[in-house]
Amino acid sequence: MELIKKYPKLFQWLFLLIVFFALCFAIDVPETYKFIRGQAEFVKDPNQSSFVFLGKEVRYYAFDVFWRLPPLLGWLPIWINDSLFFLMNEWMPIEFWNEDTQEFRTRPLVLQISRNLTAFMTFLIELIREILLGGLETIVAFTSWDWIDKNPWAELPGLPWTIVAAGSAILAYKLSGKGLALFAGLVMVYISVFGQWKPSMQTLSFILVAAPLSFIFGLGLGIAAFKSKRVEKALYPILLVMQTMPQYAVLVPALVLFGVGDHAAVIITMVVAVPPMILLTILGLRAIPPEVIEAGRMSGCNNWQLMFKVLIPTARRDILIGVNQVIMVCFSMAVISAFIGAKGLGFNLLLALNQLNIGLALEAGLCISLIAILLDKMSLAWANKQTDYFGNLTFYQRNKNLLFFVATVIIGIVLAYVGTFLFKGGYNYLFEVPHNKGISTADFWNKGVDWIFDTFFVYIKAFNTWLIQDVLQPMRALYLRMPAVATLVLVVGAGYLIGGIRSALVVCGLTLFIALSPWWDRALVTAYMATFGVIVSCLIGFTVGTLCFQNKHSASFMLGVCDIFQTFPSFVYLIPVMMLFGITDTSVLIAVIVYATIPATRYTIEGLRSVPVGLHDAATMSGVNKFQRLTKIEFPLAFPHMMLGLNQTIVFALFMVIIGAFIGTEDLGQYILKALSDKKGAGIGFTLGICVAFIGLIFDNLIRTWVEKRKKHLGIN
Amino acid sequence: MSEPVIKCEAVYKIFGENAKKMLKDSNGNVDAKTFQENGCIVGVNNASFEVSKGEMLVVMGLSGSGKSTLLRCISRLTDATGGKIFIEGQDLLQLNNKELIELRRNKMGMVFQSFALLPHKTVVENIAFPLQIKGIKTEDSISKAMDMVKLVGLDGRENYFPRELSGGQQQRVGIARSLAVEPDIWFLDEPFSALDPLIRKEMQDEFLRLQDKLQKTIMFITHDFDEALKLADRIAIMKDGIIEQLDTPANIVLNPATEYVRKFTEEVPREKVLLIKDVMDPSTTDNLGDLKVLKDEIIENVAEKILTQEKSVAVIDNNNKIVGSINPTKIINTVFGGRKNNN
Repeated sequence: MELIKKYPKLFQWLFLLIVFFALCFAIDVPETYKFIRGQAEFVKDPNQSSFVFLGKEVRYYAFDVFWRLPPLLGWLPIWINDSLFFLMNEWMPIEFWNEDTQEFRTRPLVLQISRNLTAFMTFLIELIREILLGGLETIVAFTSWDWIDKNPWAELPGLPWTIVAAGSAILAYKLSGKGLALFAGLVMVYISVFGQWKPSMQTLSFILVAAPLSFIFGLGLGIAAFKSKRVEKALYPILLVMQTMPQYAVLVPALVLFGVGDHAAVIITMVVAVPPMILLTILGLRAIPPEVIEAGRMSGCNNWQLMFKVLIPTARRDILIGVNQVIMVCFSMAVISAFIGAKGLGFNLLLALNQLNIGLALEAGLCISLIAILLDKMSLAWANKQTDYFGNLTFYQRNKNLLFFVATVIIGIVLAYVGTFLFKGGYNYLFEVPHNKGISTADFWNKGVDWIFDTFFVYIKAFNTWLIQDVLQPMRALYLRMPAVATLVLVVGAGYLIGGIRSALVVCGLTLFIALSPWWDRALVTAYMATFGVIVSCLIGFTVGTLCFQNKHSASFMLGVCDIFQTFPSFVYLIPVMMLFGITDTSVLIAVIVYATIPATRYTIEGLRSVPVGLHDAATMSGVNKFQRLTKIEFPLAFPHMMLGLNQTIVFALFMVIIGAFIGTEDLGQYILKALSDKKGAGIGFTLGICVAFIGLIFDNLIRTWVEKRKKHLGIN
Repeated sequence: MSEPVIKCEAVYKIFGENAKKMLKDSNGNVDAKTFQENGCIVGVNNASFEVSKGEMLVVMGLSGSGKSTLLRCISRLTDATGGKIFIEGQDLLQLNNKELIELRRNKMGMVFQSFALLPHKTVVENIAFPLQIKGIKTEDSISKAMDMVKLVGLDGRENYFPRELSGGQQQRVGIARSLAVEPDIWFLDEPFSALDPLIRKEMQDEFLRLQDKLQKTIMFITHDFDEALKLADRIAIMKDGIIEQLDTPANIVLNPATEYVRKFTEEVPREKVLLIKDVMDPSTTDNLGDLKVLKDEIIENVAEKILTQEKSVAVIDNNNKIVGSINPTKIINTVFGGRKNNN
């Protein structure tokens, strides 16, 4: 009895677990239950029950309601789908003037908006793309195809790669200095020499449109939310869901709304990249000390000047992290949106992965990562750039970079011209190294993979079999063995114990949504994979983080490594694991673990670092040894921050599990992938996306509530 | 006397949702307790005073006394709930946004406790900031800012960033920035409170030097009574939003109006604060000794000389004219006498 009084929380948790397991044992697996694989769910089966809602028939396998809840939300995807089609094809027809046919036509409003938006995006992308690679579309946009036919000379020639490479080096030099210039030049030369020029420039043109637009929209909405509570309240739930929504899932509705191609990809990328930008903008603006705002006001700023000369520059740090995030998301989407027909490196990467040509995939992935790192560094340098007022500079000094660039353009053109004489065989290597005509290391890598396979096949296979048979399968079976009611009780109980009735209700609502959707089993599989990934990631991340923290240099080094790893688009992680483990669950899980270990490590180091120095000294003076200091002082204080890391780890793991569908899994992601190729998949894809987002949000809610409480308790802000 | 530069008439600042209505209902008799029970917090309670040209008014109070709120009402960083504020005869609360911005761009400068420098700008850029906001060309604003840099003695550090400077240096930048537009009215919100004692003293001296040169109309906020005594022409002591006493330093030390004020004055070394003229007897008798002391002398400096005299000592002004007399016993009474009822 006294024990209970001493540790009331502990016993509450114990009680919850006892109830959970009691329910698990009390509710038997129904004899008719089986995990349905593949398309079987869409085949009409006499054993299925059905109900009609809003005129839609929903078919499902009925079980004991304690075991699996009936999919009462089964109509939702169909309804979303129908609504989308109604919006696009029937709602609000308006008349508009058609330039081509010179007559008025009617079209639904949304379709018209979507077409205009599409045309605008296409124009932007093509403009940049044709400056880099040459082409007709931009000129056509200002004139007409007929005019082009008559004036065949009027084609944008594209820039020789030498000019682009030197140009980026000069830009990098202007922004930062020699180091970055060298890096920029090397990256461009590498891309060209290895024959990835065209796809790289296609990807780059996509990014150069998507990233600035996302930045502007994110900043604008962030400012709006900062200024108006109402806007913030309206945005907040959307932001929350978008934070945990897998990027795949957004693709599907976009297909319906915007069709296939780069323009759709840009719009989707904005949808995904804007929310983190908004959040970080708000965060940064909120953190500004009130006195700085007052100082701005007293200097006589009007609202506009206050925002752009005082607030935004002062919030620069957080906004820069936002820019960094935007760039990361853009590159990640550059690959994923290849599914809906975006051209460039992403498309090549997917193609190579599909053909299991690891070497080619590796080359494309490396190019994406290099460009990502380059743009990231350049945007950072741009934001930190200072002007020198006292330089009494000559004309040459002031315009040095411009002069160099002009010189480069001339030299580049001359070189390209000379090239036409040098390389008579058809390819002018000084203008553009054609795709797959450069040096390729693909064979080397492929042979390497083969060699690894031949040499270590036995061990890899043994490890694989052990992991799948002895760890993964039992774990999966355990997750599927949970009756729906038991899971609900566990989750809601945890919500209540952590955050009281409010948390319990939120968590209950989120879980119910998934339980009432037709994909509860799949969600369990997703959860099992994510759980496995998160556990291993946290073990590795917390250990590595703690060890690295022991030394200042290794800690900084590790944070740097995390930075670089985070810049890689998520898809790139699939390449090496497929090299080693082929197409198995192990591959997905290892990719998950590698990807999700980044935030776990980072937050551990940051958390430990945030422990005040004074406490260190106090602890040392109390005569603790290193280990005691770690366990008694540093861990308890850093724990809230580490839990936020856990939160990120979960989100990262979920993302990767969903992307892992590309390798072949049986979870929600697989269905999202399927929805992509389904004409009526929009509703399904979107609902699935929400399901995944909700899994993330359940943990997000629980962890955040706990962290808030704990921080208050410890008095950390 | 000419028109006061700053004039406050029954200024109230009450935080809370229906503060305006409650203030109206209370008819000017604001009781902090009843307001608090209704969810309102009284920041400034019926403040009325004037500051004339070239005068330095120091508002002194402990944290939460409403002194910063009062300053923010007068600079209109926050809108007063009730009352009237006039800046050079202009009704501040009636100004629209544009006029307010014009006023701040040309007439007002403010220094903040936490310096409030823009972290992304260098020293000279920070100082030039209010000028650039006004629309002055970059070159002109920078050269003007360089003059300010010299004025506050930061030459050679103009290209440093705020984070690279010490607290005292940062506040010098803050001071220079607030002076860049050559304002007539200078607000200082606990400018030296975040500094170390030695630096604080140095900055106070520097500040007096500047004021000697510039002769601005100043409202200076502090929680440090010694600082108030050292700098002020007049001191306003605030408690719970109410101005308890507003008077010259000498009068406050000699005649504390309330028990609260008296507590502050208790520990003050009067011989270091009071001047001869504050304690002298304005009526002159013929029976004076040979010694003459200046009326603006601090007691401490001349006490020893006066105490060697047996007769009263003549007090003269700068023109060597006798304006009063002082008795040695008076000095003893002032310095060592009972704190409650001297005079």
